[in-house]
Amino acid sequence: MGLVTSPAPLETERTESAEEVFAVPEPDVPWVTIVHNDPVNLMSYVTYVFQTYFGYSKDKATKLMLDVHHKGRAVVSSGSREEMERDVQAMHGYGLWATLQQDRK
Amino acid sequence: MPGHFEPLPGGGAAVALDDVEISIIRSLAVQLLELIGPGPAEDTPDDPLAELFAEGPSEPPADPVLRRLFPDAYSDPEGAPGPKQAEEERAYSAEFRRYTENDLRAGKRENALAVIRSLDALDSGGKEAALLKLSPGESQQWLSALNDLRLAIGSRLEITDEDDSDLLYHLPDEDPRKPMVMAYLWLGGLQETLVSTLMP
Repeated sequence: MGLVTSPAPLETERTESAEEVFAVPEPDVPWVTIVHNDPVNLMSYVTYVFQTYFGYSKDKATKLMLDVHHKGRAVVSSGSREEMERDVQAMHGYGLWATLQQDRK
Repeated sequence: MPGHFEPLPGGGAAVALDDVEISIIRSLAVQLLELIGPGPAEDTPDDPLAELFAEGPSEPPADPVLRRLFPDAYSDPEGAPGPKQAEEERAYSAEFRRYTENDLRAGKRENALAVIRSLDALDSGGKEAALLKLSPGESQQWLSALNDLRLAIGSRLEITDEDDSDLLYHLPDEDPRKPMVMAYLWLGGLQETLVSTLMP
């Protein structure tokens, strides 16, 4: 599902803007997946998703869920951009509100 | 409406549902299915292969429910990006959407369909309530579908922070949102008990 395997775009306009966007070279800075709080998702469900998808222990999943709940967000995974896109897509599949970004501290 | 799932020995879960409850869940699932729709491949020819290779949309959906189900992947809700970074985030989100939204839509449709199928297979046998039995796999599909339904209703009810959901408990009976709120809370109970049967 990585973006690099995309077929050659047919629209030249898009190609130019895409090249420009992907030219930003910061390969060594890891990316993170962030889950954001929302008032609809059940705390138990969020914990369940963290355990099931990431394979986290109950304690770790619960702690992350509480961070989301109390602080409004939590970093739930980190790695390459492709990996984080996979995680974000999975979170959206579960109905969690997730985004990815480069971990600029 | 008792509406709680119990674990089945050997895996899976069961819940007793009466006709009204079945028709509520079914009708909500059908509405969700219609809302999610076939998605952006609409203008492709009637060719399954073409659909397979069709790209998804690059713009966020106009409907607030769909925007919640398929959020932008690169825009931090708490971030205050400058114009350049905002443009970059928008472009990344558009790219992500083109490659993921069709699959996400298909997955959510599949889950809603699984719910409808298992309800249609129910037979109350003339009794007051039918016993819905789900395999572990079906339980997971139900869990995701119940969550999507609650996200959809929550979005329609404009529940955007914790205070909003507290308010819902205290709506007067004549409030037009009351039936939807009752359904929302009831689905929450179903989902909560279904999660507990699946907890690793």
